[in-house]
Amino acid sequence: MMILDDFMMRATLAGIGVALAAAPLGSFVVWRRMAYFGDATAHAAILGVALSLALNMSIFVGAMAVALAMALTVTVLSRRGHAMDTMLGVLAHSALAFGLVAVSFLSGIRIDLMAYLFGDILAVSKGDLAVIWGGAALVIGLIGWRWSALLTSTLNEELAFASGMNPRREQMILTLALAITVAVAIKVVGVLLIAALLIIPPAAARPLARTPEAMAAIAALIGAGCAVVGLRAAYVLDTPAGPSIVCVAALIFVLTNIAAPLTRKP
Amino acid sequence: MSLLTVENLSIRYGENTVLSGVSLSITPGEIVTIVGPNGSGKTSLLRAIIGATRPAQGHVRHADGLRLGYVPQSLHIDPTLPITVARFLRLPNRASQAACQDALNDAGVPQLMDRQMSALSGGQFQRVLLARALLAKPQLLLLDEATQGLDQPGSAAFYRRIEKVRRDTGCAVLMISHELHVVMSASDRVICLNGHVCCEGTPEVVSSAPEYRALFGSGTGGALALYRHDHDHGHDHGHDHEHSHGDGHTHDTGCAHAPSAQPETDAVQ
Repeated sequence: MMILDDFMMRATLAGIGVALAAAPLGSFVVWRRMAYFGDATAHAAILGVALSLALNMSIFVGAMAVALAMALTVTVLSRRGHAMDTMLGVLAHSALAFGLVAVSFLSGIRIDLMAYLFGDILAVSKGDLAVIWGGAALVIGLIGWRWSALLTSTLNEELAFASGMNPRREQMILTLALAITVAVAIKVVGVLLIAALLIIPPAAARPLARTPEAMAAIAALIGAGCAVVGLRAAYVLDTPAGPSIVCVAALIFVLTNIAAPLTRKP
Repeated sequence: MSLLTVENLSIRYGENTVLSGVSLSITPGEIVTIVGPNGSGKTSLLRAIIGATRPAQGHVRHADGLRLGYVPQSLHIDPTLPITVARFLRLPNRASQAACQDALNDAGVPQLMDRQMSALSGGQFQRVLLARALLAKPQLLLLDEATQGLDQPGSAAFYRRIEKVRRDTGCAVLMISHELHVVMSASDRVICLNGHVCCEGTPEVVSSAPEYRALFGSGTGGALALYRHDHDHGHDHGHDHEHSHGDGHTHDTGCAHAPSAQPETDAVQ
Protein backbone atom coordinates (compact mmCIF):
# COMPACT_ATOMS: atom_id res chain seq x y z
CA MET A 1 0.00 0.00 0.00
CA MET A 2 2.67 2.45 -1.11
CA ILE A 3 0.02 4.84 -2.25
CA LEU A 4 -1.12 5.38 1.34
CA ASP A 5 2.32 6.56 2.35
CA ASP A 6 1.56 9.93 0.81
CA PHE A 7 -0.16 12.16 3.37
CA MET A 8 -2.09 14.01 0.66
CA MET A 9 -3.45 10.73 -0.65
CA ARG A 10 -4.53 9.67 2.85
CA ALA A 11 -6.14 13.05 3.42
CA THR A 12 -8.01 12.88 0.12
CA LEU A 13 -9.28 9.37 0.78
CA ALA A 14 -10.36 10.39 4.29
CA GLY A 15 -12.24 13.38 2.90
CA ILE A 16 -13.97 11.29 0.26
CA GLY A 17 -14.95 8.66 2.84
CA VAL A 18 -16.58 11.21 5.11
CA ALA A 19 -18.28 12.95 2.19
CA LEU A 20 -19.81 9.69 0.92
CA ALA A 21 -21.33 8.89 4.32
CA ALA A 22 -22.39 12.47 4.98
CA ALA A 23 -24.31 12.82 1.70
CA PRO A 24 -27.22 10.39 2.22
CA LEU A 25 -27.35 11.13 5.96
CA GLY A 26 -27.16 14.86 5.33
CA SER A 27 -30.03 14.58 2.85
CA PHE A 28 -32.24 13.22 5.62
CA VAL A 29 -30.97 15.90 8.00
CA VAL A 30 -32.03 18.52 5.44
CA TRP A 31 -35.41 16.93 4.64
CA ARG A 32 -36.28 16.51 8.30
CA ARG A 33 -35.04 19.98 9.22
CA MET A 34 -32.55 18.59 11.70
CA ALA A 35 -29.64 20.87 10.79
CA TYR A 36 -29.17 22.13 14.33
CA PHE A 37 -29.52 18.61 15.61
CA GLY A 38 -26.37 17.69 13.66
CA ASP A 39 -24.62 20.75 15.01
CA ALA A 40 -25.50 19.93 18.61
CA THR A 41 -24.41 16.32 18.27
CA ALA A 42 -21.08 17.47 16.87
CA HIS A 43 -20.50 20.01 19.65
CA ALA A 44 -21.14 17.35 22.24
CA ALA A 45 -18.44 15.21 20.69
CA ILE A 46 -15.70 17.50 22.07
CA LEU A 47 -16.76 16.36 25.54
CA GLY A 48 -16.34 12.81 24.26
CA VAL A 49 -12.83 13.65 23.07
CA ALA A 50 -11.94 15.00 26.52
CA LEU A 51 -13.36 11.95 28.25
CA SER A 52 -11.57 9.51 26.00
CA LEU A 53 -8.25 11.27 26.56
CA ALA A 54 -8.83 11.20 30.32
CA LEU A 55 -9.84 7.56 30.32
CA ASN A 56 -7.16 6.68 27.81
CA MET A 57 -9.45 5.07 25.28
CA SER A 58 -10.07 5.48 21.58
CA ILE A 59 -11.25 8.95 20.60
CA PHE A 60 -13.58 7.44 18.05
CA VAL A 61 -15.40 5.43 20.73
CA GLY A 62 -15.55 8.32 23.21
CA ALA A 63 -16.79 10.85 20.68
CA MET A 64 -19.36 8.44 19.35
CA ALA A 65 -20.65 7.49 22.82
CA VAL A 66 -21.15 11.11 23.89
CA ALA A 67 -22.60 12.12 20.51
CA LEU A 68 -25.07 9.24 20.74
CA ALA A 69 -26.01 10.09 24.32
CA MET A 70 -26.55 13.70 23.27
CA ALA A 71 -28.68 12.77 20.27
CA LEU A 72 -30.82 10.37 22.30
CA THR A 73 -31.34 12.97 25.06
CA VAL A 74 -32.51 15.52 22.53
CA THR A 75 -34.82 13.01 20.82
CA VAL A 76 -36.42 11.93 24.09
CA LEU A 77 -36.80 15.46 25.48
CA SER A 78 -38.31 16.79 22.26
CA ARG A 79 -40.87 14.00 22.30
CA ARG A 80 -41.87 15.16 25.79
CA GLY A 81 -42.74 18.53 24.35
CA HIS A 82 -39.72 20.70 25.13
CA ALA A 83 -38.95 23.35 22.53
CA MET A 84 -36.38 21.78 20.25
CA ASP A 85 -34.25 24.80 19.35
CA THR A 86 -33.94 26.03 22.94
CA MET A 87 -32.93 22.60 24.11
CA LEU A 88 -30.39 22.14 21.37
CA GLY A 89 -28.92 25.52 22.29
CA VAL A 90 -28.67 24.59 25.95
CA LEU A 91 -27.30 21.09 25.45
CA ALA A 92 -24.95 21.77 22.54
CA HIS A 93 -23.16 24.73 23.99
CA SER A 94 -22.98 23.41 27.53
CA ALA A 95 -21.57 20.12 26.23
CA LEU A 96 -18.97 22.07 24.25
CA ALA A 97 -18.14 24.25 27.28
CA PHE A 98 -17.89 21.29 29.64
CA GLY A 99 -15.72 19.55 27.07
CA LEU A 100 -13.34 22.49 26.83
CA VAL A 101 -13.14 22.81 30.62
CA ALA A 102 -12.62 19.07 31.00
CA VAL A 103 -9.74 19.18 28.52
CA SER A 104 -8.00 21.86 30.60
CA PHE A 105 -7.92 19.47 33.58
CA LEU A 106 -5.91 16.97 31.59
CA SER A 107 -2.58 18.43 32.66
CA GLY A 108 -0.55 15.30 31.93
CA ILE A 109 -1.18 15.33 28.22
CA ARG A 110 -0.62 18.23 25.92
CA ILE A 111 -3.26 18.12 23.26
CA ASP A 112 -3.90 20.43 20.43
CA LEU A 113 -7.53 21.30 20.88
CA MET A 114 -7.61 23.12 17.59
CA ALA A 115 -7.15 19.75 15.92
CA TYR A 116 -10.53 18.64 17.25
CA LEU A 117 -12.36 21.91 16.75
CA PHE A 118 -11.22 22.38 13.17
CA GLY A 119 -9.96 18.94 12.24
CA ASP A 120 -6.52 17.94 11.08
CA ILE A 121 -7.10 16.00 7.92
CA LEU A 122 -3.44 16.16 6.91
CA ALA A 123 -2.48 14.15 10.01
CA VAL A 124 -4.78 11.22 9.17
CA SER A 125 -2.95 7.92 9.69
CA LYS A 126 -3.59 4.59 7.98
CA GLY A 127 -5.39 3.46 11.11
CA ASP A 128 -7.60 6.57 11.05
CA LEU A 129 -8.33 5.88 7.42
CA ALA A 130 -9.53 2.37 8.29
CA VAL A 131 -11.82 3.79 11.00
CA ILE A 132 -13.18 6.46 8.64
CA TRP A 133 -13.93 4.07 5.80
CA GLY A 134 -15.29 1.44 8.20
CA GLY A 135 -17.60 4.01 9.78
CA ALA A 136 -18.62 5.39 6.41
CA ALA A 137 -19.46 1.91 5.12
CA LEU A 138 -21.51 1.30 8.25
CA VAL A 139 -23.47 4.53 7.83
CA ILE A 140 -24.07 3.96 4.11
CA GLY A 141 -25.09 0.35 4.78
CA LEU A 142 -27.45 1.37 7.58
CA ILE A 143 -29.16 4.06 5.52
CA GLY A 144 -29.28 1.92 2.39
CA TRP A 145 -30.86 -0.93 4.32
CA ARG A 146 -33.56 1.28 5.83
CA TRP A 147 -33.89 3.65 2.86
CA SER A 148 -37.50 3.00 1.99
CA ALA A 149 -38.73 3.08 5.59
CA LEU A 150 -36.65 6.18 6.37
CA LEU A 151 -38.01 7.98 3.36
CA THR A 152 -41.63 7.08 4.10
CA SER A 153 -41.25 8.13 7.74
CA THR A 154 -39.67 11.39 6.67
CA LEU A 155 -42.49 12.12 4.26
CA ASN A 156 -45.31 11.40 6.68
CA GLU A 157 -45.37 9.54 9.98
CA GLU A 158 -48.91 8.21 9.58
CA LEU A 159 -48.19 6.94 6.08
CA ALA A 160 -45.29 4.96 7.55
CA PHE A 161 -47.39 3.55 10.41
CA ALA A 162 -50.08 2.47 7.97
CA SER A 163 -47.44 0.59 5.96
CA GLY A 164 -46.45 -1.31 9.09
CA MET A 165 -43.30 0.68 9.80
CA ASN A 166 -42.21 2.28 13.02
CA PRO A 167 -41.10 5.88 12.37
CA ARG A 168 -39.63 6.16 15.87
CA ARG A 169 -37.29 3.28 15.21
CA GLU A 170 -36.26 4.87 11.94
CA GLN A 171 -35.53 8.10 13.78
CA MET A 172 -33.25 6.16 16.13
CA ILE A 173 -31.41 4.71 13.14
CA LEU A 174 -30.76 8.20 11.81
CA THR A 175 -29.59 9.27 15.26
CA LEU A 176 -27.18 6.36 15.38
CA ALA A 177 -25.88 7.11 11.88
CA LEU A 178 -25.39 10.74 12.88
CA ALA A 179 -23.33 9.78 15.93
CA ILE A 180 -21.12 7.47 13.85
CA THR A 181 -20.59 10.15 11.21
CA VAL A 182 -19.66 12.77 13.80
CA ALA A 183 -17.17 10.42 15.44
CA VAL A 184 -15.65 9.56 12.05
CA ALA A 185 -15.53 13.12 10.75
CA ILE A 186 -14.13 14.77 13.87
CA LYS A 187 -10.55 14.19 12.74
CA VAL A 188 -11.22 15.33 9.18
CA VAL A 189 -13.16 18.58 9.46
CA GLY A 190 -13.43 18.96 13.22
CA VAL A 191 -16.39 19.57 15.50
CA LEU A 192 -17.25 23.03 14.23
CA LEU A 193 -17.45 22.10 10.55
CA ILE A 194 -19.02 18.64 10.62
CA ALA A 195 -22.50 20.04 10.21
CA ALA A 196 -21.29 21.94 7.14
CA LEU A 197 -20.28 18.71 5.44
CA LEU A 198 -23.68 17.22 6.30
CA ILE A 199 -25.80 20.12 5.11
CA ILE A 200 -24.03 21.92 2.27
CA PRO A 201 -23.61 19.12 -0.31
CA PRO A 202 -27.30 18.04 -0.14
CA ALA A 203 -28.38 21.69 -0.22
CA ALA A 204 -26.19 22.21 -3.28
CA ALA A 205 -27.63 19.06 -4.89
CA ARG A 206 -31.28 20.01 -4.28
CA PRO A 207 -31.83 22.20 -7.38
CA LEU A 208 -30.29 19.52 -9.60
CA ALA A 209 -32.38 16.58 -8.36
CA ARG A 210 -35.88 15.33 -9.16
CA THR A 211 -35.99 12.36 -6.80
CA PRO A 212 -34.68 11.75 -3.27
CA GLU A 213 -32.24 9.11 -4.54
CA ALA A 214 -30.82 11.47 -7.14
CA MET A 215 -30.37 14.17 -4.50
CA ALA A 216 -28.37 11.86 -2.22
CA ALA A 217 -26.23 10.61 -5.14
CA ILE A 218 -25.50 14.11 -6.46
CA ALA A 219 -24.71 15.24 -2.90
CA ALA A 220 -22.19 12.39 -2.62
CA LEU A 221 -20.53 13.45 -5.88
CA ILE A 222 -20.40 17.08 -4.81
CA GLY A 223 -19.06 16.16 -1.37
CA ALA A 224 -16.32 13.95 -2.77
CA GLY A 225 -15.44 16.60 -5.36
CA CYS A 226 -15.18 19.22 -2.60
CA ALA A 227 -12.78 17.00 -0.66
CA VAL A 228 -10.50 16.61 -3.69
CA VAL A 229 -10.63 20.25 -4.83
CA GLY A 230 -10.55 21.69 -1.31
CA LEU A 231 -7.44 19.72 -0.36
CA ARG A 232 -5.70 20.65 -3.57
CA ALA A 233 -6.55 24.31 -2.99
CA ALA A 234 -5.30 24.10 0.59
CA TYR A 235 -2.00 22.64 -0.68
CA VAL A 236 -1.52 25.25 -3.37
CA LEU A 237 -2.74 28.29 -1.40
CA ASP A 238 -1.37 27.09 1.94
CA THR A 239 -4.76 27.42 3.66
CA PRO A 240 -6.22 25.22 6.45
CA ALA A 241 -7.47 21.98 4.90
CA GLY A 242 -10.84 21.33 6.60
CA PRO A 243 -12.16 24.89 6.16
CA SER A 244 -10.95 24.91 2.54
CA ILE A 245 -13.12 21.86 1.80
CA VAL A 246 -16.14 23.59 3.34
CA CYS A 247 -15.42 26.77 1.36
CA VAL A 248 -15.43 24.84 -1.91
CA ALA A 249 -18.75 23.25 -0.91
CA ALA A 250 -20.20 26.68 -0.15
CA LEU A 251 -19.11 27.96 -3.56
CA ILE A 252 -20.75 24.99 -5.29
CA PHE A 253 -23.93 25.64 -3.29
CA VAL A 254 -24.00 29.23 -4.55
CA LEU A 255 -23.30 28.07 -8.09
CA THR A 256 -26.04 25.41 -8.31
CA ASN A 257 -28.62 27.59 -6.60
CA ILE A 258 -27.95 30.50 -8.95
CA ALA A 259 -27.59 28.37 -12.07
CA ALA A 260 -30.58 26.09 -11.56
CA PRO A 261 -33.36 28.70 -12.00
CA LEU A 262 -31.62 29.89 -15.19
CA THR A 263 -31.53 26.46 -16.80
CA ARG A 264 -35.01 25.42 -15.71
CA LYS A 265 -37.57 25.05 -18.46
CA PRO A 266 -40.16 27.82 -18.48
CA MET B 1 -64.87 -12.68 10.23
CA SER B 2 -63.77 -9.08 10.48
CA LEU B 3 -60.79 -7.23 9.05
CA LEU B 4 -60.43 -4.96 12.00
CA THR B 5 -61.69 -5.15 15.55
CA VAL B 6 -61.45 -2.36 18.07
CA GLU B 7 -62.29 -3.42 21.61
CA ASN B 8 -63.07 -1.07 24.44
CA LEU B 9 -60.50 1.44 23.23
CA SER B 10 -59.55 4.41 25.38
CA ILE B 11 -57.04 7.09 24.46
CA ARG B 12 -55.59 9.71 26.75
CA TYR B 13 -53.26 12.57 26.07
CA GLY B 14 -51.92 13.43 29.47
CA GLU B 15 -54.91 14.24 31.67
CA ASN B 16 -57.17 14.59 28.70
CA THR B 17 -59.32 11.61 27.76
CA VAL B 18 -60.20 11.86 24.08
CA LEU B 19 -61.81 8.46 23.61
CA SER B 20 -63.27 6.00 26.04
CA GLY B 21 -64.72 2.56 25.61
CA VAL B 22 -64.88 2.55 21.82
CA SER B 23 -65.65 -0.79 20.19
CA LEU B 24 -66.23 -1.41 16.52
CA SER B 25 -65.44 -3.88 13.78
CA ILE B 26 -65.16 -3.72 10.02
CA THR B 27 -66.13 -6.61 7.78
CA PRO B 28 -64.78 -7.11 4.23
CA GLY B 29 -66.31 -4.88 1.58
CA GLU B 30 -68.32 -2.49 3.75
CA ILE B 31 -68.11 1.28 3.75
CA VAL B 32 -68.19 2.71 7.25
CA THR B 33 -68.13 6.41 8.04
CA ILE B 34 -67.22 7.99 11.32
CA VAL B 35 -68.88 11.31 11.94
CA GLY B 36 -68.51 13.54 14.94
CA PRO B 37 -67.83 17.13 15.91
CA ASN B 38 -64.33 18.59 16.09
CA GLY B 39 -62.42 17.20 19.02
CA SER B 40 -64.62 14.11 19.17
CA GLY B 41 -61.62 11.81 18.78
CA LYS B 42 -62.10 10.78 15.14
CA THR B 43 -58.51 11.30 14.12
CA SER B 44 -57.24 9.78 17.37
CA LEU B 45 -59.27 6.67 16.60
CA LEU B 46 -57.75 6.44 13.13
CA ARG B 47 -54.25 6.97 14.55
CA ALA B 48 -54.84 4.15 17.02
CA ILE B 49 -56.03 1.90 14.19
CA ILE B 50 -52.82 2.38 12.20
CA GLY B 51 -50.72 2.01 15.35
CA ALA B 52 -49.50 5.61 15.61
CA THR B 53 -51.16 6.21 18.99
CA ARG B 54 -50.90 3.74 21.82
CA PRO B 55 -54.23 3.10 23.53
CA ALA B 56 -54.49 3.75 27.26
CA GLN B 57 -56.88 0.81 27.39
CA GLY B 58 -58.35 -1.75 25.06
CA HIS B 59 -57.07 -3.32 21.86
CA VAL B 60 -56.92 -2.81 18.14
CA ARG B 61 -56.73 -6.11 16.27
CA HIS B 62 -55.97 -6.48 12.58
CA ALA B 63 -56.87 -9.62 10.65
CA ASP B 64 -53.73 -11.66 9.83
CA GLY B 65 -51.75 -10.01 7.05
CA LEU B 66 -54.22 -7.16 6.72
CA ARG B 67 -53.15 -4.70 4.01
CA LEU B 68 -54.06 -1.14 4.91
CA GLY B 69 -54.37 1.72 2.48
CA TYR B 70 -54.17 5.10 4.12
CA VAL B 71 -55.06 8.51 2.74
CA PRO B 72 -54.06 11.22 5.19
CA GLN B 73 -55.93 14.43 5.80
CA SER B 74 -53.06 16.45 4.46
CA LEU B 75 -49.51 15.77 3.50
CA HIS B 76 -46.89 18.45 3.70
CA ILE B 77 -43.85 17.72 1.55
CA ASP B 78 -40.87 19.76 2.59
CA PRO B 79 -39.63 21.91 -0.31
CA THR B 80 -36.12 20.54 0.23
CA LEU B 81 -37.34 17.05 -0.70
CA PRO B 82 -37.56 16.51 -4.45
CA ILE B 83 -39.96 13.72 -5.37
CA THR B 84 -41.82 12.89 -8.55
CA VAL B 85 -45.30 11.41 -8.65
CA ALA B 86 -43.80 8.19 -10.05
CA ARG B 87 -41.43 7.87 -7.08
CA PHE B 88 -44.14 8.75 -4.57
CA LEU B 89 -46.44 6.05 -5.93
CA ARG B 90 -43.71 3.46 -5.33
CA LEU B 91 -43.21 4.43 -1.70
CA PRO B 92 -42.65 2.17 0.13
CA ASN B 93 -43.85 -0.74 -2.00
CA ARG B 94 -42.20 -1.47 -5.31
CA ALA B 95 -44.73 -1.28 -8.12
CA SER B 96 -44.10 -1.60 -11.83
CA GLN B 97 -44.18 1.39 -14.15
CA ALA B 98 -47.27 -0.08 -15.84
CA ALA B 99 -49.10 -0.55 -12.53
CA CYS B 100 -48.34 3.05 -11.57
CA GLN B 101 -49.57 4.32 -14.93
CA ASP B 102 -52.77 2.25 -14.56
CA ALA B 103 -53.30 3.68 -11.08
CA LEU B 104 -52.97 7.22 -12.42
CA ASN B 105 -55.31 6.45 -15.32
CA ASP B 106 -57.92 5.12 -12.89
CA ALA B 107 -57.50 8.23 -10.78
CA GLY B 108 -58.18 10.38 -13.84
CA VAL B 109 -54.76 12.03 -13.86
CA PRO B 110 -52.83 10.00 -16.48
CA GLN B 111 -50.32 12.70 -17.39
CA LEU B 112 -48.82 13.40 -13.97
CA MET B 113 -46.18 10.64 -13.80
CA ASP B 114 -43.10 12.85 -14.14
CA ARG B 115 -44.39 15.89 -12.30
CA GLN B 116 -43.02 16.99 -8.95
CA MET B 117 -45.42 16.34 -6.07
CA SER B 118 -44.96 19.95 -4.98
CA ALA B 119 -46.25 21.16 -8.37
CA LEU B 120 -49.66 19.46 -8.07
CA SER B 121 -52.92 21.23 -7.36
CA GLY B 122 -54.95 20.25 -4.31
CA GLY B 123 -57.29 18.04 -6.33
CA GLN B 124 -54.46 16.33 -8.23
CA PHE B 125 -52.59 15.76 -4.99
CA GLN B 126 -55.61 14.07 -3.42
CA ARG B 127 -56.04 11.81 -6.47
CA VAL B 128 -52.40 10.80 -6.34
CA LEU B 129 -52.65 10.06 -2.60
CA LEU B 130 -55.61 7.77 -3.25
CA ALA B 131 -53.89 6.15 -6.24
CA ARG B 132 -50.88 5.38 -4.07
CA ALA B 133 -53.02 3.86 -1.35
CA LEU B 134 -54.82 1.67 -3.90
CA LEU B 135 -51.57 0.45 -5.49
CA ALA B 136 -50.92 -1.64 -2.39
CA LYS B 137 -54.20 -3.48 -3.12
CA PRO B 138 -55.55 -2.77 0.35
CA GLN B 139 -58.22 -4.88 2.02
CA LEU B 140 -59.11 -1.90 4.15
CA LEU B 141 -58.88 1.67 2.97
CA LEU B 142 -58.67 4.39 5.64
CA LEU B 143 -59.58 7.94 4.67
CA ASP B 144 -59.02 10.81 7.08
CA GLU B 145 -61.09 13.79 5.91
CA ALA B 146 -59.78 12.94 2.49
CA THR B 147 -61.86 15.55 0.69
CA GLN B 148 -60.66 18.49 2.69
CA GLY B 149 -59.72 21.22 0.27
CA LEU B 150 -61.84 19.84 -2.55
CA ASP B 151 -64.87 21.77 -3.75
CA GLN B 152 -68.35 20.29 -3.71
CA PRO B 153 -68.23 18.61 -7.16
CA GLY B 154 -64.72 17.43 -6.39
CA SER B 155 -65.68 15.70 -3.19
CA ALA B 156 -68.86 14.24 -4.67
CA ALA B 157 -66.71 12.77 -7.46
CA PHE B 158 -64.27 11.50 -4.85
CA TYR B 159 -66.98 9.58 -2.99
CA ARG B 160 -68.32 8.12 -6.24
CA ARG B 161 -64.79 6.93 -6.91
CA ILE B 162 -64.66 5.30 -3.46
CA GLU B 163 -67.89 3.42 -4.18
CA LYS B 164 -66.47 2.28 -7.51
CA VAL B 165 -63.26 1.11 -5.85
CA ARG B 166 -65.27 -0.91 -3.39
CA ARG B 167 -67.33 -2.43 -6.21
CA ASP B 168 -64.26 -3.28 -8.29
CA THR B 169 -61.85 -4.49 -5.64
CA GLY B 170 -64.13 -5.46 -2.77
CA CYS B 171 -62.00 -3.55 -0.26
CA ALA B 172 -63.60 -2.24 2.88
CA VAL B 173 -63.52 1.50 3.54
CA LEU B 174 -63.36 3.30 6.86
CA MET B 175 -63.59 7.05 6.52
CA ILE B 176 -63.82 10.12 8.64
CA SER B 177 -65.77 13.01 7.32
CA HIS B 178 -67.33 16.29 8.13
CA GLU B 179 -69.44 16.27 5.00
CA LEU B 180 -72.38 14.49 6.52
CA HIS B 181 -74.80 15.07 3.70
CA VAL B 182 -72.57 13.41 1.10
CA VAL B 183 -71.11 10.77 3.32
CA MET B 184 -74.31 9.53 4.85
CA SER B 185 -75.65 8.43 1.51
CA ALA B 186 -72.41 6.75 0.43
CA SER B 187 -72.04 4.62 3.57
CA ASP B 188 -73.33 1.21 4.57
CA ARG B 189 -72.88 2.06 8.20
CA VAL B 190 -72.33 5.26 10.13
CA ILE B 191 -70.69 5.55 13.51
CA CYS B 192 -71.37 8.73 15.38
CA LEU B 193 -68.49 9.55 17.68
CA ASN B 194 -68.17 12.07 20.47
CA GLY B 195 -65.56 10.81 22.89
CA HIS B 196 -67.44 7.52 22.78
CA VAL B 197 -69.71 5.82 20.26
CA CYS B 198 -72.97 7.78 20.51
CA CYS B 199 -74.85 5.62 18.07
CA GLU B 200 -74.21 3.52 15.04
CA GLY B 201 -76.09 1.75 12.29
CA THR B 202 -77.28 2.34 8.76
CA PRO B 203 -77.41 5.98 7.69
CA GLU B 204 -81.21 5.91 8.13
CA VAL B 205 -80.99 4.59 11.66
CA VAL B 206 -78.25 6.97 12.71
CA SER B 207 -79.78 10.08 11.26
CA SER B 208 -82.98 9.41 13.15
CA ALA B 209 -81.28 8.40 16.39
CA PRO B 210 -81.81 10.82 19.25
CA GLU B 211 -78.07 10.83 20.05
CA TYR B 212 -77.22 11.87 16.52
CA ARG B 213 -79.88 14.54 16.50
CA ALA B 214 -78.68 15.86 19.80
CA LEU B 215 -75.22 16.23 18.30
CA PHE B 216 -76.04 17.41 14.81
CA GLY B 217 -79.50 18.84 15.21
CA SER B 218 -82.95 17.45 14.79
CA GLY B 219 -85.22 17.64 11.82
CA THR B 220 -83.73 17.17 8.45
CA GLY B 221 -80.52 15.25 9.00
CA GLY B 222 -78.07 16.23 6.33
CA ALA B 223 -77.00 19.76 5.69
CA LEU B 224 -79.51 21.72 7.72
CA ALA B 225 -78.59 19.71 10.75
CA LEU B 226 -75.17 21.29 10.73
CA TYR B 227 -76.61 24.59 11.74
CA ARG B 228 -78.57 23.31 14.65
CA HIS B 229 -76.51 22.20 17.55
CA ASP B 230 -78.45 21.41 20.67
CA HIS B 231 -76.03 20.75 23.45
CA ASP B 232 -78.44 18.98 25.71
CA HIS B 233 -76.94 15.60 25.07
CA GLY B 234 -75.07 15.50 28.33
CA HIS B 235 -71.52 15.44 27.02
CA ASP B 236 -69.22 16.98 29.51
CA HIS B 237 -65.96 16.68 27.61
CA GLY B 238 -65.93 20.33 26.68
CA HIS B 239 -65.62 19.59 22.96
CA ASP B 240 -66.10 22.47 20.72
CA HIS B 241 -68.64 21.86 18.06
CA GLU B 242 -67.47 23.88 15.19
CA HIS B 243 -68.90 22.80 11.93
CA SER B 244 -68.95 24.98 8.94
CA HIS B 245 -70.76 24.09 5.85
CA GLY B 246 -68.89 26.49 3.70
CA ASP B 247 -70.32 25.82 0.26
CA GLY B 248 -73.55 27.72 0.45
CA HIS B 249 -75.45 24.60 -0.39
CA THR B 250 -78.69 24.07 1.44
CA HIS B 251 -81.35 21.45 1.38
CA ASP B 252 -85.08 21.58 1.58
CA THR B 253 -86.65 19.37 4.12
CA GLY B 254 -87.72 17.13 1.29
CA CYS B 255 -84.13 16.46 0.45
CA ALA B 256 -83.42 14.69 3.72
CA HIS B 257 -81.25 11.66 3.54
CA ALA B 258 -83.01 9.40 5.89
CA PRO B 259 -85.30 7.45 3.59
CA SER B 260 -83.17 7.44 0.51
CA ALA B 261 -79.92 5.66 -0.17
CA GLN B 262 -79.39 7.50 -3.43
CA PRO B 263 -76.12 9.34 -3.83
CA GLU B 264 -76.64 13.02 -3.92
CA THR B 265 -76.36 14.45 -7.38
CA ASP B 266 -77.80 17.92 -7.19
CA ALA B 267 -74.51 19.68 -6.72
CA VAL B 268 -72.50 17.57 -9.07
CA GLN B 269 -73.59 18.53 -12.50
